[in-house]
Amino acid sequence: MSGSASPLGGTPSANDRRRRLFGSIFAITCGAATLVGVLALVVLLADVLRDGLPRFDWALLTNFASRFPERAGVKAALAGSIWILGLTALFAFPVSVAAAIYLEEYAPRNRWTRLIQLNIANLAGVPSIVYGMLGLAVFVRALGFDRSIIAGALTLSILILPVIIIASQEAVRAVPDSIRQAAYGLGATRWQVVSSQVLPMAMPGILTGTILALSRAVGETAPLIMVGAVGFIAFTPTGLGDPFTVLPLQIYNWISRPQADFQQIAAAGILVLLSLLMAMNAAAILLRNRYQKDR
Amino acid sequence: MILRTHTRLGTLTSALLIAACGGGEPGADFAGETLAGEVLIDGSSTVFPIAEAIAEEFQINHPRVRVSVGFSGSGGGFERFCNDELDLTNASRPIKDSEREACASAGIEFTELPVAWDGLSVIVNPANEFVQCLTVAELNRVWAPDTRVTTWRDVRAEWPDEEIDLYGPGTDSGTFDYFTETVNGESGASRADYQASEDDNILVQGVAGDQYALGYLGYAYFVENSDKLKIVAIDGGNGCVAPADETIADGSYSPLSRPLFIYVKHSALDRPEVKAYVEFLVENAQDVVPATGYHALTPEEYAEDMAKLSAVTGA
Repeated sequence: MSGSASPLGGTPSANDRRRRLFGSIFAITCGAATLVGVLALVVLLADVLRDGLPRFDWALLTNFASRFPERAGVKAALAGSIWILGLTALFAFPVSVAAAIYLEEYAPRNRWTRLIQLNIANLAGVPSIVYGMLGLAVFVRALGFDRSIIAGALTLSILILPVIIIASQEAVRAVPDSIRQAAYGLGATRWQVVSSQVLPMAMPGILTGTILALSRAVGETAPLIMVGAVGFIAFTPTGLGDPFTVLPLQIYNWISRPQADFQQIAAAGILVLLSLLMAMNAAAILLRNRYQKDR
Repeated sequence: MILRTHTRLGTLTSALLIAACGGGEPGADFAGETLAGEVLIDGSSTVFPIAEAIAEEFQINHPRVRVSVGFSGSGGGFERFCNDELDLTNASRPIKDSEREACASAGIEFTELPVAWDGLSVIVNPANEFVQCLTVAELNRVWAPDTRVTTWRDVRAEWPDEEIDLYGPGTDSGTFDYFTETVNGESGASRADYQASEDDNILVQGVAGDQYALGYLGYAYFVENSDKLKIVAIDGGNGCVAPADETIADGSYSPLSRPLFIYVKHSALDRPEVKAYVEFLVENAQDVVPATGYHALTPEEYAEDMAKLSAVTGA
């Protein structure tokens, strides 16, 4: 700061020094704000690792829940989470991408599409428990799916639909118009433009949005309790109509026990959940890189 | 792309499952086990550890019966039970009249079976020297909805003029229902300016770190944390009694010990797997219940449960 010449070549005025001081204070504040997030994660990870690492082993993955903490495992919960995740992706992805493409590429810009757009943005902010009540009324009771995996997966699909739609719209919008114009100029139909130009270019963004949304889904508890995820099962689901439990619910169940041993196994469960999330994020990055290389 | 990956995961899981089931069956047949089917249970989170323990033991003997236990709370359990969605529901309080009517209008007949005792414990910080015993009337003065009590001196004149910091379960908890009904005379009637948590471990931490705290929670949580908490004896009219295994089981820790129930749907008892499950529960509760932190009934009381069951099944 001291001694540096002002851009105009004269000696730095008091005003100039003050501006530079503010500049550096701002930079330090922003840096500190960044550290808060990182520190919170480090503390959280250290705490969970300390409690959970001794119990984070193969038996944890292959045992069902048990009243004996030393025998308890996450097999049913992990299987349930993977089922829910797979089915949710299966339902939510095609619907959201189709909706995003329609809104961006086909829909006329008028009052109705603006209304739809506004609704989607609002839906993305609705608390998840509300989706749980919707799921209970529509999927569990009205459609008669009972308390089953399919009811849970459909509920979570509705929950993440707006998030994926918005992310996909952003991705589609980011495709330069010049590419569309060039394709049209070569005589391509709208379908050809969308399927062979716009969609492949937008795919990395769409995939990132989808994975982020699925990561949210895998951590959800409240709506799944509403649609009847259970606390204890000693079997893994074999079909869409089976009862199920998921990792966050199992973890919550253990954390609220009085015995300290269950707190440890809960921490180990959190590690399993984190590993699942990291695997998903890794998959997203791999897929994105592959798409970018293909072009 | 992502779709294909996830479908593959799903297929893999199914394949593993089929393999696992295939492996399990010969052993089951060897044991002469043919019982199969589903037992659907939900209800109180307080009773959940008992239900989980019984389900776990039951499935060792009957691997092809699929038992699932939820914990949506006593009220949530009754709602589903009377909506014909469950075979059994767990409850940490007896069924309410409104719930009884809901069941009746849905044509659901049921039997109530007491399965264990739970003691509610009133706790203070170990550094608290002055509180040894509280009467139910004093508890009521502290917790009543229209209370004016803010300091310990408001409870008893000789106690210090320090603010009481209150900790208790949230309103969705059966423990809250039972405590408010017993102490304040009406289920759900309580002062609202206290630290509430559905997670009793939070209450333990709160009271353990606060010298002038007062709280209440399930007895099992006190037992696991007895080094961090001090228990308060309760005078229900017959002198001060502290909760302990004996005083809860023989009913002398009154009125803060409560029975825990399961409710069985009669039509479900026609299914052999449900009948076997309930009988297994009643037969083994004596051994299993104490390990879950609750108190078993007397053998005579379990025999009564069994008699009630036989009256329904006609066995």
